[in-house]
Amino acid sequence: MIEFRMPSLGADMEAGFLREWKVKPGDLVKRGDIIAEIETQKGIIDIEVFDEGIVGELMIAVDEKVPVGTLMTHILSAEEATADILPAQRKVETKKMAPATAIKQREEEISIQATAHHLRASPLAKKVAAEKGIDLSKITGSGPDGAIIREDVEKAVTDLIAPGPPTEKTAADNIRMAVAAAMSKSNREVPHYYLQSRVDMSHALSWLAETNKQKSVKDRLLPVVLLIKATAKALIDVPDMNAWWDNGLQRKKDIHIGFVVSLRTGGIIVPGIHDAGKKSLDELMKTLNDIIPRARTLRLKSSELADSTITVTNLGEGAVESIFGIIYPPQVALVGFGGITEEPWAENGMLAVRSVLHISLAADHRATDGNTGSQFLAAIKKHLMQPEQL
Amino acid sequence: MTEDEIRPIINKLLKKVAPETEPEKLKPDDNIQQTLAMDSFDYLQFIIGMDEEFGIKTPEEDYGRIMTLRDLLGYVMKIKK
Repeated sequence: MIEFRMPSLGADMEAGFLREWKVKPGDLVKRGDIIAEIETQKGIIDIEVFDEGIVGELMIAVDEKVPVGTLMTHILSAEEATADILPAQRKVETKKMAPATAIKQREEEISIQATAHHLRASPLAKKVAAEKGIDLSKITGSGPDGAIIREDVEKAVTDLIAPGPPTEKTAADNIRMAVAAAMSKSNREVPHYYLQSRVDMSHALSWLAETNKQKSVKDRLLPVVLLIKATAKALIDVPDMNAWWDNGLQRKKDIHIGFVVSLRTGGIIVPGIHDAGKKSLDELMKTLNDIIPRARTLRLKSSELADSTITVTNLGEGAVESIFGIIYPPQVALVGFGGITEEPWAENGMLAVRSVLHISLAADHRATDGNTGSQFLAAIKKHLMQPEQL
Repeated sequence: MTEDEIRPIINKLLKKVAPETEPEKLKPDDNIQQTLAMDSFDYLQFIIGMDEEFGIKTPEEDYGRIMTLRDLLGYVMKIKK
């Protein structure tokens, strides 16, 4: 039996609201299937399952606030599902419940029972209140002589747990608050160090222009895919940068690059490009075509927000030359690419004008030192100088 | 095609790529990408839409020639004479 718990979709996330179950008990699911929709500060997120099996009892009601780590359901084997497991499973869960939670739940039960004796409430209202964990003493009755009726309880439930869909302004505010929380935490806890380097992009851009001539407009590559792929390859060369800091450096096997997408309404969102090192440039472009519009409309999958191993930000569209960013914990590095501009370039005793890109690295000094950061930037440069091998 | 015929189509295509913006308020010499806060990804999507809508093929080397609304309208009008 595999426990399926509310995933964390970023260092800034404490809870989300379950908006829809996409499965029902007994459904067969496989890795990558969407089992629920959770509303977070970053929009409605499709929650994926990472195991294969049969869905057990759904332990969270729609519109309920669900703290990160809360048990939502179980993914069962065929044998477990065929056994009469659901009631037994519930008993086990109650026993396993942390003492404080169990006591709190018991206190709530007692509270409801006690108030029910003193308040005038219809039997149905009491039943619904008990089921939903609503304190009857806090409800104003609209029945005869002020008695609480079922509709009063249902209204209280609605008011309590379903604040309604956020307005556009609220969504932008939520994103702002999520960014504020994550960046404040990072700035408070992570000792950053910064490095910067320049790379001559003349050859890479010529190569890209030639490559794009062979492609239809729909399949053309943007320079950013070269930057993403070069970063992924550099992470293979310097794996300490592809890591999380969680009571020590934890290197990650897979390379999932978080790509910063600016929202025109304000704020940013950072969806992950999975297995960026294994994708061709064409595949990376297709991924961007898929992920950027979904990020802008706040329709991402849980894994796209949860498992990035590094962040890449590209502010090259405006007049910005360099970016000294803030790391998104628990990652240990952020790569910033500025604009590509023509600059004087000295090489082999000669001065020329070249298309130059400024690359910066913000890295966690608990995890790595300047020497490792320097090797990483050198590796990115090396790969950008050899675009045909990306 | 005339400017009056092309402009609403351009507005519609820009609005599709950047729904939060007001392309109808663009002035002739505004840099479209900068004024509407579009990045290169958005602009590529706009050019894809434009090629499909007008049945043209915009080469990559021409991207730099269609940065303002005036230039863009002139570019399309020349091709769709």
